[in-house]
Formats: sequence, C-alpha cells, structure tokens
Amino acid sequence: MSAKQDQQCLIRLENIYKQYEMAGETFNALDGVSVTVNKGDFMAIVGPSGSGKSTLMNVLGCLDRPTSGTYYLDGAEVQKLRDNKLAQIRNYKIGFIFQQYHLLPKLRVIDNVELPLVYRGMSARERRERCREALEKVGLGDKLHHLPSQLSGGQQQRVAIARALAGRPPLLLADEPTGALDSKTSREVIALLKELNEAGNTIVLITHDPSVAAQAKRVVRISDGRLTEERNEAS
Amino acid sequence: MKLSQGVKMAWHSVYSQKLRTLLTILGIMIGIASVTVMVAIGNGTAEQVKSQMQGLGTNLLTANVVGRGAVTSITLEDAEKIADIDGVSAYAPVISGSVTVKYGTTTYSASVLATTPSFAEVREYSVAQGRFIKEIDGAFAQKVAVIGSEVAEELGMSNPVGEKITLDGVPYKVVGVLASKGSSTTGSNDNIVIVPIQTARVVLKTDAIRTLYVQAESEKRVDFVQTMLEFHLQTFFRGDEDSYTVFNQADLLKTITEVSTSMSTMLTYVAAISLLVGGIGIMNMMLVSVTERTREIGIRKSLGAKQRDILFQFLVEAAIIGGLGGVIGVLVGAGGSSFAGKWMNSPVAPSVDIMVIAVAFSMGVGVLFGFLPARRASKLDPVEALRH
Repeated sequence: MSAKQDQQCLIRLENIYKQYEMAGETFNALDGVSVTVNKGDFMAIVGPSGSGKSTLMNVLGCLDRPTSGTYYLDGAEVQKLRDNKLAQIRNYKIGFIFQQYHLLPKLRVIDNVELPLVYRGMSARERRERCREALEKVGLGDKLHHLPSQLSGGQQQRVAIARALAGRPPLLLADEPTGALDSKTSREVIALLKELNEAGNTIVLITHDPSVAAQAKRVVRISDGRLTEERNEAS
Repeated sequence: MKLSQGVKMAWHSVYSQKLRTLLTILGIMIGIASVTVMVAIGNGTAEQVKSQMQGLGTNLLTANVVGRGAVTSITLEDAEKIADIDGVSAYAPVISGSVTVKYGTTTYSASVLATTPSFAEVREYSVAQGRFIKEIDGAFAQKVAVIGSEVAEELGMSNPVGEKITLDGVPYKVVGVLASKGSSTTGSNDNIVIVPIQTARVVLKTDAIRTLYVQAESEKRVDFVQTMLEFHLQTFFRGDEDSYTVFNQADLLKTITEVSTSMSTMLTYVAAISLLVGGIGIMNMMLVSVTERTREIGIRKSLGAKQRDILFQFLVEAAIIGGLGGVIGVLVGAGGSSFAGKWMNSPVAPSVDIMVIAVAFSMGVGVLFGFLPARRASKLDPVEALRH
C-alpha cells in the first residue's frame, strides 16, 4: 500500500479471526475478515443476527481483541494493546453510538456529553464549550440541563451522538442506532449521520435494516464471520 | 481523569442514593456517636475528680489511725512526734464528729473538726470573714469556732463573726467564716465547724486523734515524707501495719488516671468493632452497587474510562460513605454528650482528638472495605458490562 493510500486509510483489518470455545468446539465468530475504511467513508455493515456483526463491532470499537490478525486504526496497530491503552484509544479515536443510547440516567444531558472529555482530563471550561458545540450540532442546544428521561427516544439518541462528537474522534461507530426508534425518528437520525459524514466524519454503521444501509455510501455484508463487499459508490 | 472530577462523580452517586447511603452509614454512625458520648463523659468525670484531688493538694498525706489493742488512737503529743520529719511543712491532727449546731432557734447538723491552726494551711482553707483558730485559743481551751459558709447560710447568720452558737448544747463564739470550697467526692467542704483541738473533749466527748494530715514541703519530698511517716507509725504501733493507713494524693490521682486510661482502651475496642461491622455494611452495599451499575461501568469504559478511573470512583464513593458516617456520628455524639451531661448532671469534656481520629478512621474503613468491590468494578469486561 502506498504512502498516499495509507494517509487516506483510517481502518485496516487484515485477516482478523475471533474464536470462541463453545461446548468444547472452536467457533469462528470472525473468520478471516479483511477490510479497509478510508477517511470520510460512510460504511454500513449488514447481516442477520449471529453473523458476527456484534463481534466485528466490538473489535472495531477496541472493546475486544481479535484472536489473531492485525488491526490498524488511524495509523497505529491496536490489536495487541493493553486494557488501559485500549481505553485511551476508545477515548480519543472512537465515538460510540449505541442502539440503547447508553446514557447515564442520573446525569444531565451536558454531564453525559462531557464524560469522554472528563476521562481525557480536560478543563471544565473547555469541556463546556465543546459540549455546547456538539449539542448545538445535533439540534439540542436548548436541552443542556435536562435529564435523559425528560427527552424522547430520538432526542436521547441525538444526545448520544453529541457525546460521540464531543471528543472529535476520527471514527464514529454506530451499532444499530435506529434499532429502538420509530421510522420517522429513524429517518431523522440517519439524516443527521449523513450530514455529519458530509461534514467530514468517518462513520461505520452496523444495521440489519436495508433501508438504513441504503443511505450509506458503502455497504458490506457479513455472514458466518466473513465479509463480502456489496456496494461501494466510491469505487 | 482529574482528582476533583472523580470526587464530584462519586459524590453524585452517593447523593443520588440517599436512603441507601443513610442506612449503610447507620452502623458506623451509631458506633462513632456512642464512643464520642462515652469518651466525653469519661473525660469529664476524670477531669472533675482530678481537679478535686488537686484542690486538696498533691503534697498532702493523710494518715488514718485504726489502732491496735488498747491503743486505738494517738494523742496530740504523739502526733507531734510522728510528724517530726524532715521535709514536712505542716501537719494537722484532726478529731472529728457530728454535732447539732444551734443559733437562736435554728438548728442544723454539721461535722465538727477539732484541730490545730495549721489545718487551714494543710487543707488549703482560707477565711472569708474574721479569723481562723489560733494557738492561743488552744492554749487556753477557748470555746471559739470557725464555721463553713454552708453552715452560716443554713443557720441564717447574716454577720456571724462574734455571734454565739451552741454545739451539742455547749456555747461557742464564732470567730470566722471559711471561704467556700465547693464539694468533692468526700462530701461538702463547706458544711463544717472547726474548733480548737483542746476543746474536743467538751464537744465530741473524746480526745482520740484518728486522722493526721501531713503536708510535704514539695512534691519531690512526698515519697520521703510518706516513708518516714509510715516508719514512725510502725514504730508507734510496734510493727502492726494494720493499725494505720497512709493515703497519698498522688497515688490516688495515678489510680484514677489508670482507670480512665483502661476505660478509653475499652472504648477503642468498642469503636473498632463498630467500625468493622460498619465496614462490612459498606462492602455489602458497594458489591450490590457494582452489580447494579454494571451497565454504567460498561458505558464509562466504552467512553474511555481506564481501570484506575473506575477503581478510583468506587473507592472515593466508599470513602465518602465511611467519612459521612464518621462526621454524622461525631455530630450526633457531640449533641448527645451535652444532652447526657445535662441529663445526668455530670461534667462532659468532648475530645476533639477523638472526633478527628473517628472521622479519619471511618474514611479509612470505607476505603479498606470498598477496595474489593471497587476492584471488581474496575476489572469488568466492557463487552460483557454493556450487554447488561
């Protein structure tokens, strides 16, 4: 791979395996996955449940280590890093958007959004500024002091997106972001993600919903732990 | 993560679980409060006794004579010989008894101490009005009396000096009133009538001296004087050590100090046990809390919390819970002490040292017993934790 390509490339998975022991048998959740995601991509990973989708998401999100293979994220090899180092990678490089939003119910919106920055050790003033900015980007600049329970599902997911944006990570990782939302709100959230992608954010989205995947620039399908390219507008 | 942020986060969690936190700290709180109260009462009592003893003078030795065979007491001349020791600054033989004092038509029961003029010095009495008894009163067996302030008051004497009173029917002239000394463990110091020792036979129907106060020149000489005093008494009673006892104020003071020390040691054990029980309560609550908050821990980890961030957050929570128990316990204890002091009418001296130590230890217990749960939280696998 040339240096120019290397600069453009954000994620490079090479021959990733993830094995589980189940009832004495070895089971390949990821069976030799290789994929490259360039900066500015909007890639959807589709597949039925049990296809290895979640495992791939965990590996991509540095929440789990592959059994073998190499994972380059933003130019650094991460598959062998220790827990603390991985925590730091998650903090600086990845913004998570979960299906169940995963907001802390007892914290106000702004306190939820600033959590990644708190673990970065950022000063309170800078945190507030960044959070306000991120919340305005998702259209919730007026809900700073609400509790998550006072917001609708769509609004909560937008808070989660703001939280993912607050750290300005190179990668946004969305795991079924519309899975808990009605179709109208889903469309709004996907529109927001598209908008963010157009503004330069790299997004990897995991979904089983074809209509959601249709909005991505690129779609890969996973089944039985293997990836196949389905559509790539860029190429 | 910054320290202040961790503390803020931990405080937030503790605060959002008010009832549970309160119930958890109850054990530590009650333990600390009761120890604070008991220490305050113990200290107060010990200090009161000490100050009373010091009021008597630490240089004072008291010889009580029980006697042996036919010789059950000593005479004035014997007392002079017995107290003839280097380093004695004063001595006072005392014959005591109880009499009915009458002034006009008012009667009152008081103790009579028939003694010598040096009694005032030895027992540190001073005269508020008039004068104390003098050598010459004794030499001529004058029927003069010095009365305690309480006696004067009870008899309704507005200007007692020069007035006549009768002691068991014998007329005496009041020549002075003692300044009030308050009461001690041995009873009121002001409810006494002092008369010359030579007139004891008249009022008390006896001239048998049973008590001899001896004052050493200085605290350093007390031991020497005591040894000599015991030696003289032993000689006088021909080797019978049961015939007399010699009290030393310093010894008594030491005994009281020892008692209060052993009491505080015991209280320390009580505190330790209550802290242990409280600590187990904290551990229990923290374990439940970690299980309940598995998802929260997963979220925090996914957002970049390191193991030590999670460990720190839970340890600080445990420390806050423990410390809160200590602080509330100390406050309740301080309130309880003053209440107990009023209710039992005994002096209390709350110990600030104990309070500070109690709070510090409670926090320490929180950290100690919070460590296992906090470690468990920090070690959770983020993938597993998020699935909760």
